[in-house]
Amino acid sequence: MNYKLIFRIIGMIMLIEAIFMLVPTIICYADDDIVAGNSFAVTALGLILIGAVAVFLTQKRKTDFYAHEGFAVTSLSWIIMSVAGALPFTLSGEIPSFIDALFETISGFTTTGATILTDVEVLPRGLLYWRSFTNWLGGMGVLVFLLSLIPAVSKSNGSNMYIMSAESSGPSVGKLTPKLKDTLTITYGLYIAMTILCFIVLVIGKMPVFDAVCAALSTAGTGGFAIKNDSFASCSPFLQNTITVFMLLFSVSFNIYGLMVFRRFKEAVKDEEFRIFWIVVVSAIILISVDTRGLFSSWEETIRHSAFQVGTVMSTTGFASYNFDTWPSFSKGILFILMFFGGCAGSTAGGLKMSRAIIIIKNLFREISKILHPHKVKVVKISNKPVSEQVISTTMAYLAAYCALMIISFIIISLDGYSIATNISGVVACFNNIGPGFEAVGPVCNFSGFSNASKIVFSIDMLLGRLEIFPIIMLFNKDAWSRKL
Amino acid sequence: MKILIAGAGKIGLEIIRQLALESHELVVIDNDEKILEQISNQFDMLTLNGNCASMQILNEANVEHSDLLIAVAGADEINLLTCFTARKLNPDIHTIARVRSPEYLAQLFQMREEFGLSLILNPERSAAKEIFKLLQFPGFLRRESFSNGRAEIVELQVKAGSILENAPMTKLSDILGIKILVCVIVRDGTAFIPGGNDTLHEGDFIYVTGAVAVLSKLLNKLEITSKKARHVTLLGGGRISYYLAESLLAAGVKLKIIERDEARCIELAQHLSDAAIINADGSLQEVLESEGIASTDALVTLTGLDELNVIMSLYGTSREVPQIVTKVNRMESTGLLDNLGIGSVISPRILCAENVLQYARAMQGKTGAAITLCKIADGQAEALEFRVNAKTYYVGVPLKDIKLKRGMLIACIIHNGRTIIPDGSSVYGINDTVIVVTCKQDPIMQFNDIFE
Repeated sequence: MNYKLIFRIIGMIMLIEAIFMLVPTIICYADDDIVAGNSFAVTALGLILIGAVAVFLTQKRKTDFYAHEGFAVTSLSWIIMSVAGALPFTLSGEIPSFIDALFETISGFTTTGATILTDVEVLPRGLLYWRSFTNWLGGMGVLVFLLSLIPAVSKSNGSNMYIMSAESSGPSVGKLTPKLKDTLTITYGLYIAMTILCFIVLVIGKMPVFDAVCAALSTAGTGGFAIKNDSFASCSPFLQNTITVFMLLFSVSFNIYGLMVFRRFKEAVKDEEFRIFWIVVVSAIILISVDTRGLFSSWEETIRHSAFQVGTVMSTTGFASYNFDTWPSFSKGILFILMFFGGCAGSTAGGLKMSRAIIIIKNLFREISKILHPHKVKVVKISNKPVSEQVISTTMAYLAAYCALMIISFIIISLDGYSIATNISGVVACFNNIGPGFEAVGPVCNFSGFSNASKIVFSIDMLLGRLEIFPIIMLFNKDAWSRKL
Repeated sequence: MKILIAGAGKIGLEIIRQLALESHELVVIDNDEKILEQISNQFDMLTLNGNCASMQILNEANVEHSDLLIAVAGADEINLLTCFTARKLNPDIHTIARVRSPEYLAQLFQMREEFGLSLILNPERSAAKEIFKLLQFPGFLRRESFSNGRAEIVELQVKAGSILENAPMTKLSDILGIKILVCVIVRDGTAFIPGGNDTLHEGDFIYVTGAVAVLSKLLNKLEITSKKARHVTLLGGGRISYYLAESLLAAGVKLKIIERDEARCIELAQHLSDAAIINADGSLQEVLESEGIASTDALVTLTGLDELNVIMSLYGTSREVPQIVTKVNRMESTGLLDNLGIGSVISPRILCAENVLQYARAMQGKTGAAITLCKIADGQAEALEFRVNAKTYYVGVPLKDIKLKRGMLIACIIHNGRTIIPDGSSVYGINDTVIVVTCKQDPIMQFNDIFE
């Protein structure tokens, strides 16, 4: 294990986080909230100090960097980033319990959007901004941001792929351009541009500027931290529709947008994951609209709320425009199933990812037809390209780990005595980075009632879901820490 | 530059390794997904799985906006078709194809235009040429020629008791009585450019520049036998053997080729009627002894197995064959082979990659790029030949007044066909040829890059 290089990268991550803390610090001081401002300033200074020492001490280092290091650096960075990001909440006294603050920050960085706060609106604006910003930064990934800034981590260049595949979502990582850095610059450029576009549309819809900034950041990361207690329920229909559209746009793979930038529209439109994603979205909206038609006064309202709820669950954002916990069971059932699917691979959305779902289902059909014709040879294809057996077997292993970890979490959470629906939907909502579930963790409720142990389990679930299980599991594998085996 | 590489075999990989260090945008096409996955983790590049000769894949690889295509897939036909197709899709693209079959080479020379080939790579023929050069001028472990053979860089090992041992750089000319320059020393596996106060140690590998005539005097001074090989034994009858045999026979050398495969022997015998083709297993001691290995002037091991080549060369050393050349296809730059006593080591793969690198840099630099490029000291150093033009800096300025970047050395100046080993007062003029040696990792695109 190349510890020096790992420390160096983590040091750089700390420096970047410190720089990003400048904005909330300024907001706090501008609002004359000295306590909150100080808490950000102290945290940022601490980060700069430790980060600078780490970077300074590791100037001389070996450059070997393999899968071991990629996994370790990703999961450690995320944990350290979350701990540091939680400090301002506790130091300012707004969330006195550190476990609660950590839950809130991990929920932010993993773009879950689950909260333990019963009243969001009393929070200082600096902390509100920071909550939304963690959504934005966690959406695309902070290491990916680092990679697009600094030259190759090690000389052979390719090593960055190990970080890339550990932090990005989906079964396999695709590059748009030969140089990883160009791909990352394009992706992050698009991400920033679309966030700004979302902000502008929200401002046009007469949302206050600060609210629009926070809403745009949370939407872009498909995070789901709202700055109002009722999320988006009291917003105008135009704003609700805007949020619906952008949530869905951000859960499409950024490679699709990249292809469009390169004017390769045909390839973009032919992408199978992209198509199936929209088919699922549209059919879910239609089914729910029909099911909930009696609840609303007009079709416009029915479709608007159905679309918002489908968008929020499918993109794993977790906003709410209506308390869907009061909807009929059929609609709730559809929303619950959508929680598992999530967005497309290579987007900011969480969940199992559309492409994994496609692989799993196609593989299932293949196995079924193999029972009838044992000698049949069939290749699983996505977008008419064969999926390698290696990817299929990794995906099946992922599915197994995904189910097993959710079951274990569910059992532990059950100790707190809530209803089965609460526990299952809570675990599913955290693991898939959505946020709200049903009943006691529904869209108008929050996670504050759970015990500390449960909150830690939820936090781990969120990290597992965001980093797609394997990097976190590697941390607990002792072979990963030596290369002797 | 945007470069497409079709085929990620042994040579393809070496080319990728070299080009990846020079910040090109690389797209690699191969039909083996496992290899592609492995290299995409190792290098920063785009990989495509498919047949490189198909229009669809080439389009996907963005051939229209690429500058250079290097076709190094397994089969000659595929490489030619790939270049042909790429040229159809993008008439401006430069193409390099590997063609190894001797049957095609002759006709390709005439059809080069139709196929749109900028350069033809033939690893086996390059290797054969290299070996031929070594056999012509025995005594050196390696020879690199510059400026049409007017100057050379040769590799030697400092033996115990040699007059070079413990000699300081500044006194070398006095000790030897001839003007040469040691441009690179490899000591314990690390290459460096010696300063004036460095001394030579036993076991050092040194790279020496000088005029060709001076270098042959150097051999006399060092009492290294330099008798031209008259009887050569080749072990293995592959393509390299064939190309090498052609050159050696033309030079009037007596030749013996030992090859195990009977059909191949018959084929060789048809084409090379003056050589003695022996159909026997060259890895057997009795065969070698009965074929008179003890009395041959040079042994060249060219079988397809690296291990066998190394072991047979070791056997040759133990039988005191004056000159030994070993062909190795992998692990050549690990330093493991340095002190084994297997004579000169030749790697077709690396020779090929050097050719491509030289072409790519010339395309990039257009004017002022290196005319010749070769990697020395296991790839740790480079020797480059440049032509001085009107845009070159410091024309006519004595070298002692020019500040070069660290790890750079002007090793040789060729002025009006005369080879000059430079000292502090030397100058170069327009149209002179200058040989630069560098230990730096950053590539030198043009001559002016060497100055501070």
